[in-house]
Formats: sequence, structure tokens, C-alpha cells
Amino acid sequence: MSSFLIEITTVLVFGLAFSMLLFILSVGLSITMGLMGFANLAHGSFAMAGGYVTVSMVSKTGAPFAVALLVSFVIVALLSILFERVLYRHLYRRPELDQVLLTIGIVFASIATVTFIWGPDPQLILMPEYLSGSVDLGFNNFPRYHIFMIVAGAIIVAALFYGLERTNIGAQIRAAVDNRRMAESCGINTGRIFTWTFALGSGMAALGGGLGIQLLGGIKPVFALEYLVIFLIVIAVGGMGNIRGTFFAALILGIIDFAGKFYFPEGGAFIIFAVTIIVLLIRPHGLFGKA
Amino acid sequence: MKKYLIPAISAAGILALSGVQADAREYKIGFIGPMSGGAAQLGQQMERGAKLYMKLHKGELGSHTVKMIVRDSKRPGGPIAKAAAQELITRENVELITGLIFSPNAMSVAPLINKSKTPVVIMNAGTAFIPNMSPHMVRVSFTMWQAGYIMGQHAANKMGCKTAVSGYSNYPPGKDSIAAFRKGFVASGGKVIDEIPMGGPAKVPDMTPFFQRAKSKNADCMYVFVPAGNHAAAVAKTYQALAMRKAGTKLVGPGDITQDTQLQGMGSAADGVVTAHHYNMFLKSAENQAFVKAWQAEYGANSVPDFVGVGGYDGMAAVYAAIKGANGGKLTAAGAMKVLRGWKYNSPRGPISIDAETGDIVQNVYISVVRQKGGKLVQEIQQKFEAVKDKCKELKLGKCGKKLY
Amino acid sequence: MTSSTGTPTGSLARSVQFLQRRHRFHWAEIIPWILAIAVFYLLPGYRLLATQILVMILFALSLDLIVGYAGIISLGHTAFFGTGAYITALMASNDIPDPILGLIAAAAGAAVLGLVSGWVLLRTTGLTLLVLTMAVTIMLQELANDFDEITGGFDGINFTNSEILGLIELDQLWYSSSYIYVLVVLFFGFLTIRTIVYAPFGRMLIGIRENTQRMSAIGTPVHQRQVSVYIISAAIAGIAGALWVQVQGNVTTEVYTFELSGEVLIMLILGGTGRLYGAFLGATVYKILESTTEQVLGTDEPYWQFAIGIVLILTVLFARRGLFGIFEDIVKKFKGASKGEVQ
Repeated sequence: MSSFLIEITTVLVFGLAFSMLLFILSVGLSITMGLMGFANLAHGSFAMAGGYVTVSMVSKTGAPFAVALLVSFVIVALLSILFERVLYRHLYRRPELDQVLLTIGIVFASIATVTFIWGPDPQLILMPEYLSGSVDLGFNNFPRYHIFMIVAGAIIVAALFYGLERTNIGAQIRAAVDNRRMAESCGINTGRIFTWTFALGSGMAALGGGLGIQLLGGIKPVFALEYLVIFLIVIAVGGMGNIRGTFFAALILGIIDFAGKFYFPEGGAFIIFAVTIIVLLIRPHGLFGKA
Repeated sequence: MKKYLIPAISAAGILALSGVQADAREYKIGFIGPMSGGAAQLGQQMERGAKLYMKLHKGELGSHTVKMIVRDSKRPGGPIAKAAAQELITRENVELITGLIFSPNAMSVAPLINKSKTPVVIMNAGTAFIPNMSPHMVRVSFTMWQAGYIMGQHAANKMGCKTAVSGYSNYPPGKDSIAAFRKGFVASGGKVIDEIPMGGPAKVPDMTPFFQRAKSKNADCMYVFVPAGNHAAAVAKTYQALAMRKAGTKLVGPGDITQDTQLQGMGSAADGVVTAHHYNMFLKSAENQAFVKAWQAEYGANSVPDFVGVGGYDGMAAVYAAIKGANGGKLTAAGAMKVLRGWKYNSPRGPISIDAETGDIVQNVYISVVRQKGGKLVQEIQQKFEAVKDKCKELKLGKCGKKLY
Repeated sequence: MTSSTGTPTGSLARSVQFLQRRHRFHWAEIIPWILAIAVFYLLPGYRLLATQILVMILFALSLDLIVGYAGIISLGHTAFFGTGAYITALMASNDIPDPILGLIAAAAGAAVLGLVSGWVLLRTTGLTLLVLTMAVTIMLQELANDFDEITGGFDGINFTNSEILGLIELDQLWYSSSYIYVLVVLFFGFLTIRTIVYAPFGRMLIGIRENTQRMSAIGTPVHQRQVSVYIISAAIAGIAGALWVQVQGNVTTEVYTFELSGEVLIMLILGGTGRLYGAFLGATVYKILESTTEQVLGTDEPYWQFAIGIVLILTVLFARRGLFGIFEDIVKKFKGASKGEVQ
């Protein structure tokens, strides 16, 4: 019985930590794809930029980890506005394939750029004392960082839901996602809404990039491409543009991924893809998607 | 390439003027390694090692010069490395090919160089049977069996481990490595209770589920193999985060999990990890201290060499030996192999030699333990095994026992 | 692809006649083939690279059939490429080394996979289809990695093919016979695809791409037609995969990677979708940038990704229909307002 308890709590806690990371990394892309139908495959580049800003802040200026995360959020959000204004906005009415080409171009260029600046080695940071080591709960012990990841994730999720459900701008975003034309005819400036959402989503990705340094073995140039697969899966399973759906998709996939690797390591990445295929064949528009 | 052009032209000029040194020859060699992509840091290490040797041993070839042409193999698979090799051999007319980080790179190049009879010095690719694929290949790096087998023996005999779990990146070198560990461990009376594949080699997965599974087995030792590069830090950090040492499981492995370039980023997580490997930068020999000093003078105090860098350095030493053997003439496969098979050298990693029969490296394997000293991590050598051969070929296991050309 | 491989010239003549009835050939369409032959003589040192480019063109063409003509966007076309590759490689390493037989088996195997996966997956569209196709190829890659006793896994296996038709050896150093072999297969593959897209079937595909509902309303069995073209495309991708490994004499799990799927899609969009020659241009430009950027710049630093990235961005911003669009625009300028040759 107690070993069963250990296993269940293990799967839940570690799975949840990974889920939170997945959600923070993917939610921005889900919103931009839902809102403008824009296939922004460079989302991972913004997450990667966040990771590098965090690493540089901590190792060069000695800033506390939490401060570095916030700074990376702001810097990457601003950077994404620049990209949106200079490059993306030319392509809103162009075919998806053009958007794919542009954003993959950005991914390639960003990989090369960070390699020139930081070199090919994965960049690591030493975590502050309160985030390393583990917490003993008597029956089982958990790494402090995973607990932190869950708490930080929960705060971010709560803030995001509050912002979207309870504020005026949140209502505008939801309206724009649901029906852009209708929202426009109600006087909502969807162009500006999009810019802000895009910045917010990229900033969130940057947070994810920073938070993921410890969990994913450091930040490195290929990050921008490596995690694209997982973003796309989370968004497809959750339903494009559906924040609640993205959250549950991240939750389910994160926990299943952990459980799968824990119980059947031979299956490798097989399980998460099998689950994805099954879900999408039953619900092609995602768990919470509009049919 | 331009920077090489000028000395080449001026050398030709001097040649034309003096007319005496008619035998001064430029040896073109090709270097294939991942200069971009997920393993770019390995390519950079290897290239730095090779270029450092060239710089320190400029005068060694007399009037002859070496021109190293670098080509990016980009990905682990064969196609790009092979196209680069074809271009190097047929268009650039290189007389030797070296580098080769990934095993599939080396394996795909083998049929090509068998046809062109171009000698090859492998600086890294570690899958055990590779040298069996060509009579024109030698390897100066390592095989998984050298470290794995000895680590298995050591874990059982000296560390008091009766049971062990293995975690490995799921690809042939990973399977080689845990097979070697199992063989050594079981031969010394230990029992391996679980072997956990931890995802493919290309991406660093979240290690927690695998380590958590290992932890739940309550073994005395956990042997981990991951490819050099990105994975190592995640291994140490996950091990620490799950408090596995406190739970009574010791972390052991080949030196890939305490690779020098990754070590300092691991912090206290790596303290106490025991590895078996053919090199780390803390070896006390005069050759190694000179090597590390020269490395840091060349690439900055923050840059450290690791075993991949030493592979590049020693590989270039082998190339120079082959060129010296050619004595101003063309570097042929037969000539190079005559020199290199049986070649001996005092490397930073200790005395090494190439087995004349198999073309594979024979070298010392060191048992080291990671300790924290003055805010830094160092590796202390605990034991030395001399002149270790590849166990896989000794036992003639599977493809290791066959000629593959 | 062609029933009478034994007499290529006769078959060629017939094909040309057939095609000329279907859709007039423009004299300019001979240019890529002349260039291909010129490359053979002028750049022998790059011949393996050039051969790889030819294979990638065929792979991109197969993708154009579904992306450009039928409007099915897939990020998992390596499922077919890789299946073709493994079938051929495993046949060759198990005593069936005939390359032509390998091609046929690869096409058949990939077509079966195309039928099964197409029938199930093509009920979805957009992002869902993208993710599903991607998931399938990644799962196949996992399988190939897990069963490494058979496939060689990540390290792969080396194998040798027998002579083509018992006569021509696939040369492993200068790649002269390999190049010609691939060029001939590419030519027939191209003719097949060209025939399909100008046939009523191809026109119907474009109709489906442009307005699925209307085509359905006028009685077209949309799903069935989409599956049909998916099978054809899969078979050709399978042939491309087979050629890829036959030329290399080596196969690794790389043939199943999602990255390669992405790459070939990028090649296609870069060149221009839905007009055949886009695949030629895109694959060539991409592979040349990937392999020779550093040589051209005279550096050991990896600049290729940067170069490709910039080319992609500029192409999207300034050449609205891919690189081939630029070419079309120039032709149009010279011809005044006359109609463009290829749609």
C-alpha cells in the first residue's frame, strides 16, 4: 500500500511539474494561432531567448533567479513586439505556408545567432539554495525545484485565467478569439489586441524557457526546434486558441508522459504520441475545441 | 580556407625561388565533425584539440605543411558526412580523413574510403565494431567496453555494490555500455536488477521518470550512460534532486557523465560520482598539465579540454606520425596503416597505442571520484588500469568478432 | 512507374507523345535536365551531393502533389520516405540486393502505408492533420530505434546493392552511375507526376484544394480522391527514400525524422508549391546553402543555418510565390501580358 502511495504521488508531482512547464511554454502559441490563425513556428525561438536572457542575467550580473525570469519576460515580450511589427504583420493575410516559411526562417537564424553569441555548449545555472535539494514529506521526498515549478505554474495559470476571465482586455481577447469579425464590428481593435497577446504569449514562452533550464538540462541553441513538436501536440490536443483546453492538454500529456516513462521506459516517446493520435482521431478539434 | 591560401602561395613562391626544397609538400587532410546542430560543442572541442596539436607541433614535419579542411557533418546520420567525404576525397584530393564524432558518420564513410583507399583516423565515434569495417581505419578515442567493463568490476569489488540498475540513452553505444557494465559487474558477483532506456541520444529528455524508477528499485549502484554533451548535467542534477544518494544508491558511469566541459555547471550535484574513463583534465601527468595549460592559453581561461578535445589532439598526433612516415611522399592507406597500426604515443591521457590487429585504441582507464574543492569540482584519480583493450573485440561478441568489409 | 524500364528510350518517346497530347511541353522545361547533365560533367567532386539533391527533388515533388495540388499539409512525409528506405535497405541486407526490385517494393510498401494512414488521417485537416502525420512518423522512428537488431537503429546498417539490371554497378566513390540512375528515376517520377496534375484527376484535386465543400456538393468523392493522391504521393516518396539509401549504401533512423519532413516541406515552399519546378529550385537552393555556405564564405564557422534562415525570410517577404515565382515574374515581364506557361 505504501509503495502504491509513493508511486502515485511520484507520478502526480513530477508529472504536474512537467505539465506546468508545458502549459507555460505552449499557451502563447495556442492563443496566437487561435486568434489570428497565424502559424508561428518561431515560438520556440522566443522561449529560447528567454532561457538565454535568464542564464546571462544570473551568471553575468548575479541577479536572483526570480528577477532574471521577470526581466527575460519583459525583454522577450518587447522583442516579440518588434518582430510582430517588422515581420509578422505583413503575413496575416497570406497563406499558412508562407507563415511557416517565415517563422522557420526565424528559427534557423535564431539558432545561428545564439550559437555565435553563447557558443554551442548548453548553458547552465547553479540554482539558489532554496531551490536545490529536496523536501522530505515522510512517505516520499520531492525536489524543491519541482515543487517550485508547480507553485510558480499555478500562480501563472491563476493570473492568466483571472486576466482573461475578469478583466476588460481579457474579455476583448476572448471575443476576438471566438469571432474576430464580430469583435471588430463591436469596435474592438483586434490588431492591437493581437500585438498585446502576442507579446504576452512570447513573454510566457520566455518564462518557460527560463524555468525549463533546470528541468531540461540547460538551454542550448537547438532548443528552438527541439520543443516545437511538443508545443504543436499540446495545442492540437487542447484545441487551438482554447486556453482551458491547452491547460488540460498540458496536464494530461505531462502526467501521461511521466507515467509512461516511469512504468514502460522501453516505450520511449511512443506513448505520448500514441495518446495524441487517439485523442485527435476521436476529437479532431482537440479536447475542448469547437467542432 | 583563405587563411591557408596565403602561406600556401608564399610557400610556393619560396619554392620557386630557391629551387632547393623541392620535397616540401603540403598534406591536405579532411576533418569531418558536427560544427552546427545539437552536438556542435563536441565538434568544436575536437577541432580545437586537433588545431592545438598542429599549433604546438608546427616544426615537427620539417618543411612539409598540413592543411586541414573542415567540413560540417551537421547531423548524426550518414548522408551529409558521406557527401562531405566524397567531396574531400575526389575534389579536394585530401590524403587522409579524420574527425568523425558520431558512429553512424564513421560507418557511412567506411565503404567510400575502402574504395578510394584513403586512410582514416577516428577521433571519437565509439561504437565498438567500427574499426572492423575497414582495413584503412584506426581509432584513437575509446570504446564503450573499456570504461563499462572496468566500472562493473570496480562497483562490485571496491564499492560494495551487490545490486545495480542501469540507465542508458537508447542507441547502440548506450546498449554497448550497459552490456559491458553488466558483464563486468556480474563477473564480479553483482546482480543487475533493471536496465532502463532513457530516450534517444539526440534530445535531452526530462530524466526524472527514469531516475525515479531506478530509485524505486533500491539498488546499491546506478550505472548511467548518456552521450557526451548535453545530457550529463541533467543526469547529475536529477540524481541530486531525487536525493538518491541519501536513499543509498551510488551514481557511477563512464566519464561521459562527468565530462570536464559540463562538470562545473553541475555544482554539488556531482559530488561523489564515481566514473571509469580514459581521460579527465585533472590527470597529474606532466603531459596533461602542459596540455591543459596550452589549451587555456589558446582558448581562454574559461575554456577547458575534455576527452573529446583530447581525442582531437591525439588524433592529430597520429596524423602527424603518418605524415612523417610518408617522408615527403604521398600518404597512402598502406603506408599510413603501417605506421599507425602499432603506433605508440605519450598522450595527455597517459601512454596510448593502436592495436596492430584491430586498429583500435589501447589505453589506461582511470577510476575517478568527483570532489568539491575550494568552490570548484575536481576529479580525483583513485585507481589506474593500464593498457586496456576493447573487451568486445577480445571476447569476439557479435559484430566485434567479424571483419565487416 | 513505367512498365517498360528495359527500353527507356521507347518508353520515353511514348510518354512524350502521350504528354504532348495532354499538356503541351514548353521548350524551357528542358533546362533543368540540361543543367543536371552539365552538373554531372562539370562538378564530379560534388556528385554525391548532387545525387542527394536529385533525390530530394523527387521527394519534394511527391510532397508537392499533396501540398501544392491537393492542399493536404503534412509534417510526416518521411513516414513514406523512411519506409521505402528501410524496405530497400533490409531487402539488400537480406540477400535481395537488386536495386530496381528494391524501388518497386519500396513504392508498394509506402503505398500501403499511405492507404492505411491516409484513410484514417485524411478525415482531419489543418493543425490536427499536421500533428497526426508528425506523430505517425515519430512513432515509426521510435520503432526503428527499438528494433535495432533488425534496423541497426541509430547507428544504422550498411549494405550493398547488386548491379542495376545486372549490368551497371552503383559506384561508391565517383557516383557516376548512381547519379545517372537517380536522374533517370527522377525523370520518370516527374513525368508521372506531371501527367497526373494535368489530367482531369489533377484538376479535380485543385478543385478540392480551392473549395472542398463545393467539390463535394457537385458529387466528387472528396475523401476517396484525397486518399488516392495520398497513396500516389506516398509511393513516390517511398521511391525517393529507396534511392536515398541505395546511393548512400547505408540507412539510419534519420530517414524517419520529423526534421527531415520539415526540411522537405521548407524546400518545397521555398521553391514554390503547386507548380512542379518549385520543387527543383527549392531542393537545389536549400541543399546547396546547407552544404556549401562555409566553403563559399571560406570559413570553418557554421553559417549555413543563418544563410538559410535569411533566404527563407527574404523569400517570404519579397517573392510571393516562392523562388520559382521570381522566375515566373521575370518571364512574364519579357512576354508582356501573355499567359505563364506552368500554372
